[in-house]
Amino acid sequence: MIDYNKMLSDTVREIKPSGIRKFFDLLSDMDNVVSLTVGQPDFVTPWHIREAAIESLEKGKTYYTSNAGTAEVRCELAKYLKRRFNLDYDGHDEIFITVGGSEAIDVAIRALINPGDEVIVPIPSFVCYEPIAKLAGAKGVTVTTKLENKFKLTPEELKSAITPKTKLLVLPYPNNPTGAILTREELEALADVIRGTNIAILSDEIYAELTYGKRHVSIAEIDGMRERTIIASGFSKAYAMTGWRLGYLCAPKPLIKQMLKIHQYAIMCAPTTSQFATLEALQNGDGNIEMLRTEYNRRRVVIYEGLKSIGIDSFEPEGAFYIYPNIAPFGLSSDEFAEKLLYEQKCAIVPGTAFGECGEGFARISYAYSVKHINEALERIEAFVKSLKK
Amino acid sequence: MDKILKLLEDDATLTPEQIAVMLSKEVGDIKKAIEKYEENGVILGYKTIVDWDKTDREYVSALIEVKVTPQRDRGFDRIAEKIYNYPEVQSLYLMSGGFDFMLLIEGKTMKEVAYFVAQKLAPIEFVTSTATHFVLKKYKDKGVVYGNMEIDERGNMPL
Repeated sequence: MIDYNKMLSDTVREIKPSGIRKFFDLLSDMDNVVSLTVGQPDFVTPWHIREAAIESLEKGKTYYTSNAGTAEVRCELAKYLKRRFNLDYDGHDEIFITVGGSEAIDVAIRALINPGDEVIVPIPSFVCYEPIAKLAGAKGVTVTTKLENKFKLTPEELKSAITPKTKLLVLPYPNNPTGAILTREELEALADVIRGTNIAILSDEIYAELTYGKRHVSIAEIDGMRERTIIASGFSKAYAMTGWRLGYLCAPKPLIKQMLKIHQYAIMCAPTTSQFATLEALQNGDGNIEMLRTEYNRRRVVIYEGLKSIGIDSFEPEGAFYIYPNIAPFGLSSDEFAEKLLYEQKCAIVPGTAFGECGEGFARISYAYSVKHINEALERIEAFVKSLKK
Repeated sequence: MDKILKLLEDDATLTPEQIAVMLSKEVGDIKKAIEKYEENGVILGYKTIVDWDKTDREYVSALIEVKVTPQRDRGFDRIAEKIYNYPEVQSLYLMSGGFDFMLLIEGKTMKEVAYFVAQKLAPIEFVTSTATHFVLKKYKDKGVVYGNMEIDERGNMPL
């Protein structure tokens, strides 16, 4: 018998699988569940974008592109970043196209880390940063953001997490799962801590287009930050293009040059068809983004007010499409709450512990669903909460 | 307050309470606004989009082009009135182009529609000709795609 434990890398074996998997397995065995768990838009990619992809196939554009992605899509992306976020990146040597935001994160972390480096990760956040840092030989240093600070990383928290070994700060805002964002003033305050250090920043801005009330500000816009910032983002959330797997990296030229080597050897290039779809999205898709944002904002208010009216308090999310209610007052653990809600009312939400211990007492609810669906779920949650009070 | 109209146009089943939440307004204000729209004839009615092909009901619909001679002083309006007063007529439009009116008519059978055209529509004074186009299949109506049941196929990702 082969001992697979000896065959596998120790680092890989020691990485825990995502905590959410177990919960989804329960879910997949049940019928008629009203689910608020999904982390992707419920919209189909707008037709004009799909049509551009089809046209590219009809014209036989089925080749590899250059490693960095087509020059057209990179330059159009540079225009988009200037237009929407006031960011200046040169499409020729400061941007490249990746397979989703996920590859962008992976490449950025791998390009920066030497074994033993520390990576600061504010949590709760998207679950990939720490495992990827570990794979690269780094130590993840998590900082638990707090409800009373609206789940924002504070300068004090950042300061106390920094050691001589700190190489990289991950900045996951707008945040999944909390819906927190960072304003220009808050970014300035963090920048004051970082300025004068050699710490790099990985800013995951995948939800940048989905903020409500305030426009997203990138840390790269703050004085002295662009030179040390890598922006990882993608087209999945803003254009409802999750399945196309297209993202990008923006960074100063010397970083892009090195990161591109990883991408070149691991991936070659992002899918060509998806690049043509994205070109159309960037050229003619701004209107769709506004439409999506208006719709998400409506749903955001419905879920926030709905939860409040049945006695569940939440931090009012300002970005992404999740709400992160505080369920601790009901006296159940997050896992118990989610499991009982699923079994008793057939309504599925993600227990906060899927984001690690820091999520105890919370749950993540996605509002990437129709208002009708959300209202149906709210009725079930209300019935469940009432049964708890008896 | 056009946002209320847009919401109701998409889903007339929304209650004033739900609309109030969605637009962050007071329920009372929403109710008042809707009443005003109804009084002023901005909101003319609420209907349901039914795919009759999925039921046992016998049903056909047709689009009919109508050419007329306009009447002195009263233009097309008088003739339009004569046409739209028939309950079979679902919609009636005055058109630019090669004919004057386009009407949408619904009936139980093709025979019934043919009867309406021959016995009621064609004999109206000043109607000079008609051309009837039966609808064979409805793909999309009022922004709704027919036969398209929405199934949530999104994969559950580990976040």
